[in-house]
Amino acid sequence: MKILVCVKQVPDSWAEKKLSPEKVLDRASADAVLNDLDEYAVEEALRIVEANGGVEAGHTITLLSMGPERAQEALRKGLSMGADAALHITDDALAGSDALTTSRVLAEAIKRENPDLILTGTESTDARMSVIPAMLSERLELPHLSFAGVVVVDVNAKIVKTKRMTDEGVEAMESRMPVIVTVIEKINEPRYPSFKGIMAAKKKPITELALADLGIAASEVGNGGAWSEVKDFALAPARGAGVKIADEGNGGSALVDFLAEKRLI
Amino acid sequence: MSEILVFIDHRNGSVAKTASELLTLARSLGEVHAIIAGTSSDLDAAVPAINKFGAQAITLLESDEINNHPSSAIARAIAEMAQSLSSKAILLPSTARGKEIAGRLAVRLESGIITDAINVSSELIATQSIFGGSTVVHSQVSKGIAIITIRPNSIEASESSASATINKVPISVSISAQITSREPAVRGARPELSEANVIVSGGRGTDGNFAPIEELADALGAAVGASRAATDAGWYPHSHQVGQTGKTVSPQLYIACGISGAIQHRAGMQTSKTIVVVNKDPEAPIFDIADFGVIGDLFSVAPQATAGIKARKG
Ligand SMILES: Cc1cc2nc3c(=O)[nH]c(=O)nc-3n(C[C@H](O)[C@H](O)[C@H](O)COP(=O)(O)OP(=O)(O)OC[C@H]3O[C@@H](n4cnc5c(N)ncnc54)[C@H](O)[C@@H]3O)c2cc1C
Ligand SMILES: Nc1ncnc2c1ncn2[C@@H]1O[C@H](COP(=O)(O)O)[C@@H](O)[C@H]1O
Repeated sequence: MKILVCVKQVPDSWAEKKLSPEKVLDRASADAVLNDLDEYAVEEALRIVEANGGVEAGHTITLLSMGPERAQEALRKGLSMGADAALHITDDALAGSDALTTSRVLAEAIKRENPDLILTGTESTDARMSVIPAMLSERLELPHLSFAGVVVVDVNAKIVKTKRMTDEGVEAMESRMPVIVTVIEKINEPRYPSFKGIMAAKKKPITELALADLGIAASEVGNGGAWSEVKDFALAPARGAGVKIADEGNGGSALVDFLAEKRLI
Repeated sequence: MSEILVFIDHRNGSVAKTASELLTLARSLGEVHAIIAGTSSDLDAAVPAINKFGAQAITLLESDEINNHPSSAIARAIAEMAQSLSSKAILLPSTARGKEIAGRLAVRLESGIITDAINVSSELIATQSIFGGSTVVHSQVSKGIAIITIRPNSIEASESSASATINKVPISVSISAQITSREPAVRGARPELSEANVIVSGGRGTDGNFAPIEELADALGAAVGASRAATDAGWYPHSHQVGQTGKTVSPQLYIACGISGAIQHRAGMQTSKTIVVVNKDPEAPIFDIADFGVIGDLFSVAPQATAGIKARKG
């Protein structure tokens, strides 16, 4: 079984983010890390392989990322967790790409690889659109099992079963492979790379692909190919510091008085 | 005037509050055409609620299997409608399902997509509040039909009654991925988190005891929220998580109890109109965004507030 995991490098979610004067995310102002939510997808891929006879059974995990040169660091992190190889789509023309372009580029790369199972996170913590997996499903005409809190793969029957966890409740879902599965953050606890894992990752192959390798023209992508445009932006007025009191036995009553004064009760 | 398509979310024909918000917004942009997916009985139940907010037309995408969430089948049908009606925009709620359909529509229609807008002007310029509310952005779809998802609770709904023409379009659901069984969420009497006007949230400071949070919420008719520390510990369901990887909420009043205010939590609640905080630690960063903060133990402050609210209500 061939598993492909889509991972993105994003600014650390602990950092305050801002837009640059060019109206794009200022990526230089924060450390770049592997999207936390994609770590769950990498971990789940490792567990699926372990539950199905391990690498000895011929299962492989390939990471796929589209991003600038430095996105290799995020790929190395995933490789040090235990993935086998990585594909890195990088091309200067891709700077400033939006979701439509990203999904197109990723879809072309996925077609080339022809995996049995594609895993993704629920959202990239920078743009927070949560649309790439559904877009991939539409482009590749593959079924999409979203919000998976449990994934069970039956390699022989080529069937994937998931538990979909949303506000509506829990739904047991089933699909034939190949299929795209999006995992939620409650699915597992991602492992920390071991020292051995980090050393081994240095020797694992990262294959670079440019747009031309995917048969996409540079003029169709990037900022020039954008389908939506930022007109302007402004910093929201900072919230004025309000009243802060210490509870000396009547904190709860003071809180009620505040709500009453604001006509909130 | 060209049509604005509005995707209506509902549960067994009971339409979500977001529908009234989306319809109100759509009225200011053009002629409103509501789209609902489900059965004829869902439609019958939903029509009065939709008419209250002034739709000119309602189309039912009819399927008995609609609960099998065939977002691809719905997207295909909406895309065909948008093309044949040459609509200028499609509005959907910024919910998990709304975004799934929106993403598919963008691919099908080769159109730009804007998610999580809090408003849209008559020129179809969308306003977004990003990075946890620290930045306000104006953007516009530059190619194709504008596909825009609207964050719940950002538009104030206003009624304008109409009597819409009704069409039914059968859709077929592909069976490539299917639901084999379902355990619906138990729905209590409390309002839905993303739709609530008032939210009381608890964090690690509750130490697993959400009783004072729930009691305060019930006194206020509020929804209950939780920080990730609380949902990770299993104290409260994930569906109640507020923040980066939970819900983004924007209620009139947000009361955070025993929550430190990590950046990922603030990202989901910073645009609340009024923020009230109860925390033992005077240095907790959540105080920086509080309109009213009490430095104190939530186990004494919250019950006293609950009692005070009940006393006022008499
Ligand atoms: C990618 C990513 C995504 C994340 N997404 C989210 C998200 O969606 N939502 C989210 O909430 N977090 C999210 N987090 C986690 C976030 O970083 C914090 O760890 C989390 O919000 C902390 O929860 P907390 O405030 O309840 O706990 P803590 O930070 O431990 O704070 C507990 C607070 O309770 C106070 N306290 C303790 N006892 C009492 C008492 N008796 N009375 C009053 N106050 C008391 C303490 O003073 C302290 O300030 C995310 C993190 C990452 C990396
Ligand atoms: N540039 C990218 N390269 C690889 N995978 C991506 C990229 N962007 C998004 N993804 C995947 O799609 C998921 C959802 O991202 P998004 O729709 O951007 O919120 C992420 O969790 C990743 O698994």
